Amino acid sequence: MCVEISLKTSEGDSMELEIWCLEMNEKCDKEIKVSYTVYNRLSLLLKSLLAITRVTPAYRLSRKQGHEYVILYRIYFGEVQLNGLGEGFQTVRVGTVGTPVGTITLSCAYRINLAFMSTRQFERTPPIMGIIIDHFVDRPYPSSSPMHPCNYRTAGEDTGVTYPSVEDSQEVCTTSFSTSPPSQLMVPGKEGGVPPAPNQPAHGAQADQERLATYTPSDGAHCAATPSSSEDTETVSNSSEGRASPHDVLETIFVRKVGAFVNKPINQVTLTSLDIPFAMFAPKNLELEDADPMVNPPDSPQTESPLQGSLHSNGSSGGSSGNTHDDFVMIDFKPAFSKDDILPMDLGTFYREFQNPPQLSSLSIDIGAQSMAEDLDSLPEKLAVHEKNVREFDAFVETLQ
Amino acid sequence: MNCRSEVLEVSVEGRQVEEAMLAVLHTVLLHRSTGKFHYKKEGTYSIGTVGTQDVDCDFIDFTYVRVSSEELDRALRKVVGEFKDALRNSGGDGLGQISLEFYQKKKSRWPFSDECIPWEVWTVKVHVVALATEQERQICREKVGEKLCEKVINIVEVMNRHEYLPKMPTQSEVDNVFDTGLRDVQPYLYKISFQITDALGTSVTTTMRRLIKDTLAL
Repeated sequence: MCVEISLKTSEGDSMELEIWCLEMNEKCDKEIKVSYTVYNRLSLLLKSLLAITRVTPAYRLSRKQGHEYVILYRIYFGEVQLNGLGEGFQTVRVGTVGTPVGTITLSCAYRINLAFMSTRQFERTPPIMGIIIDHFVDRPYPSSSPMHPCNYRTAGEDTGVTYPSVEDSQEVCTTSFSTSPPSQLMVPGKEGGVPPAPNQPAHGAQADQERLATYTPSDGAHCAATPSSSEDTETVSNSSEGRASPHDVLETIFVRKVGAFVNKPINQVTLTSLDIPFAMFAPKNLELEDADPMVNPPDSPQTESPLQGSLHSNGSSGGSSGNTHDDFVMIDFKPAFSKDDILPMDLGTFYREFQNPPQLSSLSIDIGAQSMAEDLDSLPEKLAVHEKNVREFDAFVETLQ
Repeated sequence: MNCRSEVLEVSVEGRQVEEAMLAVLHTVLLHRSTGKFHYKKEGTYSIGTVGTQDVDCDFIDFTYVRVSSEELDRALRKVVGEFKDALRNSGGDGLGQISLEFYQKKKSRWPFSDECIPWEVWTVKVHVVALATEQERQICREKVGEKLCEKVINIVEVMNRHEYLPKMPTQSEVDNVFDTGLRDVQPYLYKISFQITDALGTSVTTTMRRLIKDTLAL
């Protein structure tokens, strides 16, 4: 019985990667009885099978399958056909067990030469950060854009088992890149709930999303805990489902996260469902949306940041400087190349917020002049002190050398 | 009966030592462990189940399979951690070896104490290299991953030769053959020891660590 593992790209090309071959011949070992010996040897063979499956080149490929290619399997009986493995394939004889009815042999032949794929498929490396590719498209909910997942370039971790649909990837991004509490993205439809504990059937695309949704470094082990055969069966259904899901734009109820270090509920600035950092600084006369569920967020984030105090003071000064500009008539500012809006967009908002930063205190003339005068007066004293300590300074310099 | 001995050699970077050793030791122990035996009245026994899980290495492009036993993993990690520290503290060339020995206990009459007869010894010789650039380290990751793949294939080939294995013991004898101290898995009796050597192969600091106390046979 032969099991052929092959790779199929989204363009339809396929390539055989491995062929596992379980043979039974008539050569009986008369001395062996069906006792624990045979069973133990068979179980040893199974363990060896597990160990070898992780060691072949196809394993690394199967961990990275997703958009560009999937791994498929085929079982057939009869003579093994090794032609499709290319030149220089290697064979591993996993083991042999003699039984009273015959001898069982398990072997694996795997391809070494992956060059066929390398020129075409692996040129596109997966993106490192999430990228929204809908810059010029008007979307009511920016979160539902087909965002590429944030791929971690850390070693040994899943670099995208399957590219999940939007919400999960955003979830993964938010948990790793921001200190704000995770947003409660509720996605009706087949995706089910994002953590905690979604109760979805462990099937195909959902299973991978589930794994990614509860992603922690230790889950690297759990993700691949399923034996390779079930991984393969999943891929068959995966290939059809995986392509469908990113394109289903599901309705999302986007709940705004309270930004990190924000310790006041964002009452005065009721922005639309958009997470703006330093939202307290945003000028008040932006369009309001009454349906914003996060006008009064239930609890501020429990951050233990030592910066909280200083940021809070910045917030109040920023707020006050914003008030002085209320006298002017605000024309809606549409920066070039930003989206047209019902919602204020990043670029415009950013520009508005930081158009008029407060003056640096050391640059203001009065204080500057005062300190200059003081400095000049105190110079002679300082020089005298330094001259006294010359020897100490020299000793210090010598220790550095 | 002779003890068969297998030697594997690897060259790794400092931070890869732990994972490389764990990969090899776990692979060997995967093949030399069974579920817990539950003896029944008629002299038969049933074997409990043991799961397996994959472990991805952080510093090596490699994944290995180990038994799902946290106790066993902890025990191995402890020894490998000590080995790694000893290697680091030794200075010198960074050469060392770690040995996993499977043995059987043989009861002797009083006043002689039990004998420990090894029947299989796996030795992994480690050479630690220091790399300068990030690119070299990246290449090392991949190379060590490939090397470990070869080692796993070697281990599997040796295991499947079906050479001497201790007989399945009766209930009274089970502790002479198996380590029954763990809760969820039952490997053959084993002990792990390591040595730091210099380039000539003589042991500069001999550090022996025995997991199960053995006594010297007279």
